[in-house]
Amino acid sequence: MPVVSMTVNGKPASADVEARTLLVQFIREQLGLTGTHVGCDTSQCGACVVHVDGRAVKSCTMLAAQAEGAEVLTIEGLAKNGELHPVQAAFREHHGLQCGFCTPGMIMTAIDMIRRNPGLDEETVREELEGNICRCTGYHNIVKAILAASQEMR
Amino acid sequence: MYQFNYERPKTLADAEALLGKADDPKILAGGQTLIPTLKQRLAMPSDVIDIGGIKDLDFIRAEGDAIMIGAATRHATVAQSADVKKHNPALAALAGGIGDPAVRHMGTIGGSIANNDPAADYPAACLGLDAKIHTTKRLIEADEFFKGMFETALQDGEIIKEVTFPHPEKAAYMKFRNPASRYAMVGVFVSRGPWGVRVAVTGAGQNGVFRVNDMEEALSKNWSPEAVAGIKVPATGLNSDLHGSAEYRAHLVTVMAKRAVAAAG
Repeated sequence: MPVVSMTVNGKPASADVEARTLLVQFIREQLGLTGTHVGCDTSQCGACVVHVDGRAVKSCTMLAAQAEGAEVLTIEGLAKNGELHPVQAAFREHHGLQCGFCTPGMIMTAIDMIRRNPGLDEETVREELEGNICRCTGYHNIVKAILAASQEMR
Repeated sequence: MYQFNYERPKTLADAEALLGKADDPKILAGGQTLIPTLKQRLAMPSDVIDIGGIKDLDFIRAEGDAIMIGAATRHATVAQSADVKKHNPALAALAGGIGDPAVRHMGTIGGSIANNDPAADYPAACLGLDAKIHTTKRLIEADEFFKGMFETALQDGEIIKEVTFPHPEKAAYMKFRNPASRYAMVGVFVSRGPWGVRVAVTGAGQNGVFRVNDMEEALSKNWSPEAVAGIKVPATGLNSDLHGSAEYRAHLVTVMAKRAVAAAG
């Protein structure tokens, strides 16, 4: 079994895992970071989105071994000194969550889209959310929260 | 997923050596198709050779009248490349319309064309732009590369290194997405360039991507949406499933070809 080593939320993480271990399994089961969710397990819903070397990816569709040596950021790594990340704060402020299951993936996707799109508008937000599904269908407030956060983070 | 041995070579030579040694290997590029396939136990390779760590395969170069794209270059990188946007905006738009942002951060051009999914986008760009596919063994013309559903001219142990796209004078890709999967029900790539006119269709054919000669001839004489408006492809040999009949897809080929010519200007 290969030893896989990466940095997760700024801390070194290493484990001896089967080659077929998915990144999301490594994060949830080896590291106990259960904020990253598995929704569909077929790379459609986006509940498992994390950042690998600064880019949003679906951690259910990546082997842990593919992240060897990478910097991984999960929802648990966002808040600093007890203060929510601006995107997390905006989701709370604008009621961007109902049941909350899709929220970690929505927030990780939102941070990635804000980074790549200066001057984000509503149409772009909706297009960029293509790969994230909210089964409560609470998209309006998710979009509002992302737009508010992108203003805040300018 | 079944068990497999995993290797992450640093060089193309190491990857070739590993492929030569393994019983029944699979190459892993971005994994956006292979990993779902493994999860469904639709494949049981003895070895998974991950070429994602080979830096030499991740590049975009504009040289002369063509753009060279390394096989392990991600869709997002192609979509955002200033060179691709300048010389071949249709190709940049096609890459930016594959899957969703997270999939585009992982999926690669080499993986897409080696897999040759009958609904994939890149095969339409390769065939529609007269691309050259460079492998560890030879150069393969796009016309010779795509052999059928999930089937290519690649031999065992052969790895795609780069794809060369000559600059078109005009080009556009229009796809009609399946509303659920977002894969192409029908996607049509049209171009005009030193190679003449090309019309390549993905999503529709049972044997994957194909060219429409009648449309190419009509557009050679008259480059306008009207030129293809009356040309229908036969429904024989097209996909028929719960999302749409072969006749419906045949109709969509004409509609998307018209839209593509209009978009190309």
